[in-house]
Amino acid sequence: MNRFPPWKYALLIIVIGLGLVYALPNLFGDDPAVQVSSTRGFELQPELTGQVEGVLSDAGIEHGRIEHSPQRVLIRFSDTDRQLRAADALRESMGDDFVVALNLAPSTPPWLDALGADPMVLGLDLQGGVHFLMQVDMDAARTQQLESYVSDLRNILRDAGIRYRSVRVDRNTVVVELRSEADRDQARQYVERELGDELNVETFEGSQTSNLRLTIDEAYLQEIQQNALRQNITTLRNRVNELGVAEPVIQQQGADRIVVQLPGVQDTAEAKRVIGATATVEYRAVDEQNDPYEAERTGRIPSGSKLYYDRNEQPILLSREVIASGDNLIGAAAGFDQQSGQPNVVVTLDGAGARRMLDHTSENVGNRMAVVFIEHRPETRVVDGEEVHSTRRVEEVISAAVTREPFGKRFQTTGLGSATEAAQLAMLLRAGALAAPMQIIEERTVGPSLGQDNIDQGFRSVIIGFVLVLVLMAIYYKVFGLVANLALTANLVLIVALLSMLGATLTLPGIAGIVLTVGMAVDANVLIYERIREELRNGNTPQASIRAGYEKAFSTIADANVTTLIAAVVLFMFGTGPIKGFAVTLSLGIVTSMFTAIVGTRAVITLIYGGRKRVQSLAI
Amino acid sequence: MDIIKSDTKINFLRYHNLALVLSSIVLIAGIFSLATRGLNFGLDFTGGTLIELHYPEAPELNEVRQTLETAGFDDFVVQTFGTARDIIVRIPADETEATGAEASSRVLEALSAGVAELEMRRVEFVGPQIGQELAEQGGLALLYVLIGVLIYISFRFQWRFAVGAVGALVHDVLLVIGVLSILQVSFDLTVVAAILAVIGYSLNDTIVLYDRLRENFQVKRKCDPMELTNLSINQMLGRTVMTSLTTLLVLIALFYFGGEIIHAFAFTLICGVIIGTYSSIYIAGSLAIKLGVSKQDLMPVQKEGADQPDTEILPERFRNREA
Repeated sequence: MNRFPPWKYALLIIVIGLGLVYALPNLFGDDPAVQVSSTRGFELQPELTGQVEGVLSDAGIEHGRIEHSPQRVLIRFSDTDRQLRAADALRESMGDDFVVALNLAPSTPPWLDALGADPMVLGLDLQGGVHFLMQVDMDAARTQQLESYVSDLRNILRDAGIRYRSVRVDRNTVVVELRSEADRDQARQYVERELGDELNVETFEGSQTSNLRLTIDEAYLQEIQQNALRQNITTLRNRVNELGVAEPVIQQQGADRIVVQLPGVQDTAEAKRVIGATATVEYRAVDEQNDPYEAERTGRIPSGSKLYYDRNEQPILLSREVIASGDNLIGAAAGFDQQSGQPNVVVTLDGAGARRMLDHTSENVGNRMAVVFIEHRPETRVVDGEEVHSTRRVEEVISAAVTREPFGKRFQTTGLGSATEAAQLAMLLRAGALAAPMQIIEERTVGPSLGQDNIDQGFRSVIIGFVLVLVLMAIYYKVFGLVANLALTANLVLIVALLSMLGATLTLPGIAGIVLTVGMAVDANVLIYERIREELRNGNTPQASIRAGYEKAFSTIADANVTTLIAAVVLFMFGTGPIKGFAVTLSLGIVTSMFTAIVGTRAVITLIYGGRKRVQSLAI
Repeated sequence: MDIIKSDTKINFLRYHNLALVLSSIVLIAGIFSLATRGLNFGLDFTGGTLIELHYPEAPELNEVRQTLETAGFDDFVVQTFGTARDIIVRIPADETEATGAEASSRVLEALSAGVAELEMRRVEFVGPQIGQELAEQGGLALLYVLIGVLIYISFRFQWRFAVGAVGALVHDVLLVIGVLSILQVSFDLTVVAAILAVIGYSLNDTIVLYDRLRENFQVKRKCDPMELTNLSINQMLGRTVMTSLTTLLVLIALFYFGGEIIHAFAFTLICGVIIGTYSSIYIAGSLAIKLGVSKQDLMPVQKEGADQPDTEILPERFRNREA
């Protein structure tokens, strides 16, 4: 007689029951849906649901369930035609404050939903979409910071009444040239008092001057870079919102990289244009005293000014002082001026930007102010046989408008040619809020048709491999083989359930991992059964052979699986993206297969043979 | 039904010298191929741009090439991919660098101008710095797996077994990479994943054999290591063949039905499973013996848990005398 403790039966039933429940959502398909969310990430009020319903009934579009959560309102449709028409109608009437995106909503029945059972998340290679890895140019972030110190230092020295020869950026430092040692000591005191937390100050002698060399404090530099990265992530979120993507992923990776994943995006060129625009903007006063054409012709540029060109290649002189930059920009929206009806762009600045803007405009009513659009284009040069990656700065004046009255936080720019031009300017301004230039260093795009093919081929190979193994096991081990097949099926259910519960992403290599697990999972049963056969050959009774087979094979199975697990875990730690998916399914498969192959098959075998007093032979 | 007769007594190790010669030949051929031709590194490691396109009707490859030349590309490869209607365009890193991520957009623009229903299936762009990092990570991963295995087996068995197992692993990995080089299979990230899985698999096989060897050392009176190893291999033969067979079955399914992208991955695993099975029979066992595994080495190892064959291990106080 072989007995199997009731608690193990209970455990088995509970585990497999849970497995079935959590694997179940994957059997239901998806409903076409439209998702409405806030452009700025605000919480959505329940009233929005009514508004959405109103828009849809006005447009005469039938819709299914509407779900509201603080992050999004999701409207289901019976077919994609209705979905597309609804998205168009909603886009038109919801305005700039909301992102309207196409989505697929899992049609999980409510009772499963209530249990927290969701279907597996499909990776980009299965559902199609874009994956970008962006490298943030931290050197450029430092240079920008150094340049802003130059004007800060000039102000400090001027306010203190210290005469200086020059303040300039020299590689990774700022160098201040002063006329005498006394001036320098005084300057040092002021600089340390004002910027001592951020800058390290040292002195050195120039050929005829006494100099200060300022380097950014290491800890502060890291803070700047971390802030730059965070700012860039925020900007990327805003840009992605423009694209109307349902479930984008934008996260930091490592110290200076950002991952952007846009599921379902088909127009990758557009995505790249919007995301990869490595640009910023600056507001500067227009130098009205001097003639830009003359400056261009003679090459003599008045001190305090800088020569720029506008979009029509016309020269224009701008002050060296920056009033506000992309960092200060909170929003820019195109619209129409309420009085004149002309197209305009309404800009909102943050506190610091608003203060400087108010200071400047109070003194400069009637003068022009220009917006400079600065783009960083990636470039590769060869220096001493080594490739150097850098970014080239391209500057262009995109608008120069007369200041009519003092303003600060919110102001509008009018005098634009058309509504399209206004929309373009608004987009450029919004795109301009990058703290440091970025470059796409990796792209993986999968078209929707390939995604579907990958799913089909992946599942086909799982099924075919699975059936082949089932047939072989049944022929070779007869009844015991059928029991192993039950375990293998349970194993597959458990892997799917665990993947769904963990919210792990299923990728194509992940499916390959499942296939491989199916092939390797029977190993535990093969080990046990071969051992049972051996015990039988040695003349042991069937019952004793079963017991001995399970017991003696256990340590072998454990050892063999732990080593495979080591490989899978290392793969998980080092792998990126899809490879991680392979490691996840392989690890999960190893753990679940140990359970189903050892506990599961033994339970069933005991059910079949355990109760009988006399077993003449085993069908193995 | 038995595929393998239940009581085989094949003297596997009689051929172990032959096996060593065979392994050496393939190994040398592989290393020679690695040295002369190298691996056919995929985009993941070389950097560059790859675009997979689906045409409504099979395109003339020369026309595609001409269109791209007119668009200003001069260093690129155009190939069919799976079917005649699917093509891939590969642009190497040095050409890509000037344009960065823009190259793919330009290719798409140039080619879709002539064909209205051109479908973009896949774009991959890997910057040069990423390629280098991925290569480093892949190498490190292999190294860490080997170290992890060495530690685990030393702990569970004995250092001679650990060295034997790792020796067999290195053998397997070198052979697989050698075959990949000889056949110039595209070596990308999924292949690295496959090689790591091969390590897991081949190890699995080796461990199963060592486990049996350990048991036989403990149970059997005669202690000629050679004979015991042979016995263990024969005892495990049914299992080894059966497991290899099921694994190969699913891999063949993956190879034929998993699609073009998973091809190299499945192929690597198929090679790995075959080589791994062979090496656990011939290499792992004979390595452990050559390193001098003996009964003494194994006696003190205490197995834990329910699997304890309690009647067969002598009580502690007799153990040294017995040995």
